[in-house]
Amino acid sequence: MKRISSREELLDYARQCEARMKAVGRRVLICVGTGCLANGADEVLREFERLGADVAAITKGGCDGFCEAGPLVRIVPDNVLYVKVKASDVPAIVERTLKQGEAIEELLYHHPVTNEAYHGEAEIPFYSSQTRVTLCNCGIIDPDELDQYIARDGYKALARAVCDLTPDDVVEEILDSGLRGRGGGGFPTGRKWMFARTAPGDVKYVVCNGDEGDPGAFMDRAVMEGDPHRVLEGLAIAGRAIGASHGYIYVRAEYPMAVGRLKRAVEQCRRVGLLGERILGTNFSFDVTIKEGAGAFVCGEETALLASIEGKRGMPKPRPPFPAQEGLFGKPTVINNVETLATVPSIILRGPAWFQSIGVEGSPGTKTFAITGQVANTGLIEIPTGKTLREVVYDIGGGIRGGGEFKAAQIGGPSGSCLPTELLDIKLDYDSLTRAGAMMGSGGLVIMDSGTCMVEVARFFMSFAQKESCGKCVPCREGTHRMLEILEKIVGGTATMDDLHILETLASVVKESSLCGLGRTAPNPVMATMKYFMDEYVAHIVEKRCPAGVCKALKRYEISESKCRGCTRCAQACPVGAISGEVRQVHVIDVAKCTRCGACVATCKFKAIAAV
Amino acid sequence: MALLETTHRDFANVSKIIGRHGKGQQELVPILQEVQAEYRYLPEEILSHISTAMGIPPATVYGVATFYAQFSLEPKGKYVIRVCDGTACHVRHSMPIYEAIRKKTGLRGKRITSADGLFTVETVACVGACGLAPVITINDEVYAQMTPEAAEMIIDALMNREVNPVETH
Ligand SMILES: Cc1cc2nc3c(=O)[nH]c(=O)nc-3n(C[C@H](O)[C@H](O)[C@H](O)COP(=O)(O)O)c2cc1C
Ligand code: FES
Repeated sequence: MKRISSREELLDYARQCEARMKAVGRRVLICVGTGCLANGADEVLREFERLGADVAAITKGGCDGFCEAGPLVRIVPDNVLYVKVKASDVPAIVERTLKQGEAIEELLYHHPVTNEAYHGEAEIPFYSSQTRVTLCNCGIIDPDELDQYIARDGYKALARAVCDLTPDDVVEEILDSGLRGRGGGGFPTGRKWMFARTAPGDVKYVVCNGDEGDPGAFMDRAVMEGDPHRVLEGLAIAGRAIGASHGYIYVRAEYPMAVGRLKRAVEQCRRVGLLGERILGTNFSFDVTIKEGAGAFVCGEETALLASIEGKRGMPKPRPPFPAQEGLFGKPTVINNVETLATVPSIILRGPAWFQSIGVEGSPGTKTFAITGQVANTGLIEIPTGKTLREVVYDIGGGIRGGGEFKAAQIGGPSGSCLPTELLDIKLDYDSLTRAGAMMGSGGLVIMDSGTCMVEVARFFMSFAQKESCGKCVPCREGTHRMLEILEKIVGGTATMDDLHILETLASVVKESSLCGLGRTAPNPVMATMKYFMDEYVAHIVEKRCPAGVCKALKRYEISESKCRGCTRCAQACPVGAISGEVRQVHVIDVAKCTRCGACVATCKFKAIAAV
Repeated sequence: MALLETTHRDFANVSKIIGRHGKGQQELVPILQEVQAEYRYLPEEILSHISTAMGIPPATVYGVATFYAQFSLEPKGKYVIRVCDGTACHVRHSMPIYEAIRKKTGLRGKRITSADGLFTVETVACVGACGLAPVITINDEVYAQMTPEAAEMIIDALMNREVNPVETH
């Protein structure tokens, strides 16, 4: 392919790409996101390439978010979506759908309750309640094909930013759009760019934060893997705005596929001149380096991330100076989250007013969430800000899996909070969440049902924060350690009410006096669960009981008199001889001997043994 | 003699890696990543070699190598099994899977690598497949919607492959 050296050439080439996409006629898109791959999408892809290549174009697509139903196969323009496709289904799809144009009922998505079949995604509630801006290409285009990105308006925003707009105009448009950082803080992106733009210095940098540290979230991963060019385009526009000629994308170590796709995208752009010297024949030159992280949560914090790029231990520094004044290699630096940057091209192309028209005032636009946990449809979604938690859990998420009862949603990961049933109608936007004492976070939304112990969840996050504390400042290093010790005592059934008071005091000390955001937010999950689920803490401490039946040390197994047939299997299975009883008589467990291993529960054929 | 020879060759490899990247400190992490990919861990003598070759104090090299979870100063097993204990996996009961795998591979106490050098078992905080929780990865390949029983079967298969290498494809 030849170089694209002016805006006219880009537009011309885009028309060709579009025409070629249309000329293809029927296209089969096989999702090759991490989730679908883990369920055998690569075999499905190979089988389609073997059997269907002469009747349709076979392409792979990035993660489209409906991971629960994968591997996904989408047939366009017929608007057919097949779910949970196996390689053995492919011959039938080729024969019946591709050749004879008939849909295969069994492979369509069926409503979990009504069992009604849905043809295409437009009708499936999981998709129909979403508004896709940042994810608009995910699952639709082959992430390895630059042409497909260009066919869908790719790099037109960059062309506008370098040919029609001055750097100040670009900053102005982002300011007017009201875009706020999607990495968790919600800081206005235009303001951040303006600081870096006006900071003195010739050499400046832009950095994309793809560290995605929240364990339980994968929005940034889906964008980097499913639409890598969008991230590059957003980064280049940021470079244009602040006057940087080099950008970095820092991707966490656990995402090898994202690294591969981004590196490939960079190569493609260099080849056609969309990265490099004098882009589109203008004076703007820009190149990008992909940096792989090495596994440290704290490196998601901006100053630690910059230290890590410089080859140092990833430890945070006190701010000010802010990176916009003194960042990478001491130069003014803008650092933005993946999703923030991936939203930028659409704003430049469609204008700030369009962006302001989506979502709520004060935090306009859309936000992606990874909904996981005990919800029927897990996956990745994008919604206008201001939709309620209830809509997300029940309309898009399809309710609690197994028909259970909603207990809480954990939002914002280890720095975040939890939203109990009383807050189901809260609007998901920066300001509403902050007013409720919670936070938006980066988009991790873990749904929990009555089988989840909230004290154990608090212990889980504290253990995470304690392990990831970099050790530089004492409140965080020692404070998280002591808090974890107390939480372990509580779930272990050995804590007193005094411990609970110490925990509360420690939480506020760590929050007030830690150096960086890691320590300052680490107590949040504890404080939120104490606020909404104090009764569970008290039950663990005073009654030595775990209401959710999760905490092992507090579990007690009981044999139901009415269900036990006296088959003796449990007595034989018990490794410590804690179960006794005659044949055909009800058996009993000696609580003093029982180690709560659960072996008896697993062997009982009559479901007579349960934890209480 | 044989030992000396391998060591020499090793350093030549490392020098090649450094040559490709250059000696600036910002290349230290990528260099350590490549070295670890090659040896499956960071041998101590290689760390000293890197320090000399790059002109970076040994304390800095060692400091960086011990800071990041990805780096290991101990040899790892042939199969590195990571049980995801991110939030989504945790609330869908990842810990019983971890315990089952440790038991199956005969790991006790603080050991994370099996005595025969085949398996290293660790936890990881989220691999980004949360929609299919709980997940484990074996040498970076993701296995979704795990149960303790399914994990045991996978390990059985790997153990069999080691005993009867011809039978696998
Ligand atoms: C402990 C800690 C971890 C963080 N992890 C991330 C992360 O994984 N991804 C991210 O984009 N921002 C993360 N941040 C926020 C960044 O410091 C920074 O605010 C953000 O990248 C700015 O981008 P934005 O304005 O586009 O949101 C983290 C902050 C802290 C304190
Ligand atoms: S929490 Fe396990 S993959 Fe994300």
